[in-house]
Amino acid sequence: MSNVWSNLGDWITERTPGMLPMYRKHMTEYYAPKNFNLWYYFGSLALLVLVAQIITGIFLTMNYNPSAAGAFDSVQYIMRDVEWGWLIRYMHSTGASLFFIVVFLHMFRGIIYGSFKRPRELVWLLGMLIFLVLMAEAFMGYVLPWGNMSFWGAKVIISLFGTIPVIGTHLVEWIMGDFLPGDATLNRFFALHVVALPIVLLLLVVLHIAALHEVGSNNPDGVDVKHGVKGNRWSPLAPADGIPFHPYYTVKDLVGVGFLLLIAAFIIFFAPTLGGWFLEPDNSIAANNLVTPAQIKPVWYFSPFYAIVRMVPSFMDTAVWGVIAMFGSIFVLFAMPWLDRSPVKSIRYRGRGYKIALTVFVIAFLGLCAVGTDTTAEVIPAWFGDVDVTFWENLFGRLMTLLYFGFFVFLWAYTYFGWETTKPVPDRVTTHD
Amino acid sequence: MTKRQGLLRYFVLAALMCALGFASMAQAAEEGGFPSAGTNLRDQASLQRGARLFFNYCVGCHSLKYMRYSRIGEDLGLTEAEVMTNLNFTGAKYGEPVVSAMPADLAVTWFGKDPPDLSLEVEAKGADWVNAYLNSFYLDPSVPLGWNNTVLPNAAMPFPLWELQGMQRAVMAPGKDGQPGTVEKLELAQPGKLTPAQFQQATRDLTNFLEYASEPAALQRHRYGVWVLLFLAAFTLLAYALKREYWKDVHEA
Repeated sequence: MSNVWSNLGDWITERTPGMLPMYRKHMTEYYAPKNFNLWYYFGSLALLVLVAQIITGIFLTMNYNPSAAGAFDSVQYIMRDVEWGWLIRYMHSTGASLFFIVVFLHMFRGIIYGSFKRPRELVWLLGMLIFLVLMAEAFMGYVLPWGNMSFWGAKVIISLFGTIPVIGTHLVEWIMGDFLPGDATLNRFFALHVVALPIVLLLLVVLHIAALHEVGSNNPDGVDVKHGVKGNRWSPLAPADGIPFHPYYTVKDLVGVGFLLLIAAFIIFFAPTLGGWFLEPDNSIAANNLVTPAQIKPVWYFSPFYAIVRMVPSFMDTAVWGVIAMFGSIFVLFAMPWLDRSPVKSIRYRGRGYKIALTVFVIAFLGLCAVGTDTTAEVIPAWFGDVDVTFWENLFGRLMTLLYFGFFVFLWAYTYFGWETTKPVPDRVTTHD
Repeated sequence: MTKRQGLLRYFVLAALMCALGFASMAQAAEEGGFPSAGTNLRDQASLQRGARLFFNYCVGCHSLKYMRYSRIGEDLGLTEAEVMTNLNFTGAKYGEPVVSAMPADLAVTWFGKDPPDLSLEVEAKGADWVNAYLNSFYLDPSVPLGWNNTVLPNAAMPFPLWELQGMQRAVMAPGKDGQPGTVEKLELAQPGKLTPAQFQQATRDLTNFLEYASEPAALQRHRYGVWVLLFLAAFTLLAYALKREYWKDVHEA
């Protein structure tokens, strides 16, 4: 049996001599630092969720009907008449939310360990592009079931472009292909969601990983492993603190996969709507342009950005500032490698000011989540009784918006003017499991 | 970091994420402020009683267009003959969906609006809302059909279960500063065929059936879920053991 396999291997190698070196370069001879911790699971998990979304998505398209007249019914057809259709749909809907959880944590890892810094700026930029495309992909996917929140969510989000001076109104009609979200909108969103954007996503992911493997992985100590001491038990030329990605990190990532699947399965089988957070009740009502949902709000993963739109007041007779601020809140992340100028990468060896600012940033992000999901609108009257909810919500939300952007301003000033007192960075990685 | 600490970290993370999930669900459960409907999809007898109530009192006006008679039979443990004689009064075939016999245009003339399809009512409004709605009808001479509802004020539906519950009357609290009064509570003006406790059980059964109808897959989810979780737990443990075995090299290196 083993002879058959090795013969097959030889047969392939003879015909594609580049295959084995590529496999070695990216797997068995890709030396990753041995001190990866919990934060380093989320990259491979993001890849897992992407593949799961593509596979479940393919099966959904087999029974989904992308038309305003048939979309909502076809989702119920999948839920009731298609064999295992409910499981496929819940995997896809749960996967969408888990994708964002995993990607948010993956991005946060990059921030705290300075993984975006030289020489990995391109890895970060490609990752940010993935995030941007992922948001477009998720938004369009949310419209496809054609529930009432799909319809009104699409209307509100597309209308954001209407705030752009002069061309706004025309732009909105051009995007929707109609005066309201309708058949034309649904058809183009379907095409973009299942064909165009997934191809772009896959291409960007390949480039993201290729760019990473060119410069090597960062690690929780922010130590440059690749250009440090050489020689380990696998190769005298390999980094001393590096270990082959396969099998060591593949088996380790398998543990992470198990945990993610456990969480996913719990949600899919026992709480697929997660109390209205992953699947919203208003989307169980078919799209209806005459009935507005009591509260139009995006799914939780867009909430911090949507909160910024809501919190930035109109000025000079236009609401475009909120839209600029929302896109700004994402684009400012692209600039991270040039805003954070500290020579020290890892939070472990950075100044106290950085740690405090980062904590404030996390609080601001979660605070904006609370505003965007209307949690503050429920909590404020519950905790403080008969008060002016709008006033306090605006005050809180605007403070959080200022703190969100303030983090980047502070980070630049703090590192540009040399106010940070860092600790000495060790030559070799410290702890590992 | 020791191995034990490493494992502990995984469990802390898993526990945190579960806690987050439960917290969000608990919050969602509190939201509407309605008392718990107390439905239980595993109670097949309750689902059968609920189905009987639905087909006796509701299907005259409301459809369950996404629900087939055959599926109801399979899931509720009823034979084709039982479904066709006890539940199907429209002459539909066994494999066809539950569609009300009422013509939509006439419904608009009679009630002012087309009675909504109830296939997804519980998913859209929640079981607690539906149950509270069914218990909150009262006589109100000021509205055209004579019935009003405290959960959905000015509901277009005249109370179809009145012969079971009897008729409730509103006890009004006087309005402040010339405002119209508000309903303080409902009291039974004329008893029906069922005692209040029996009626509550009946609406619970009906809500239970509608909850089932909004997502028949829930029965399958619960059946398979435990086994999937057990399998994944075993897989994760195995993966962890494998990781430890492989990583002995790293510790020696």
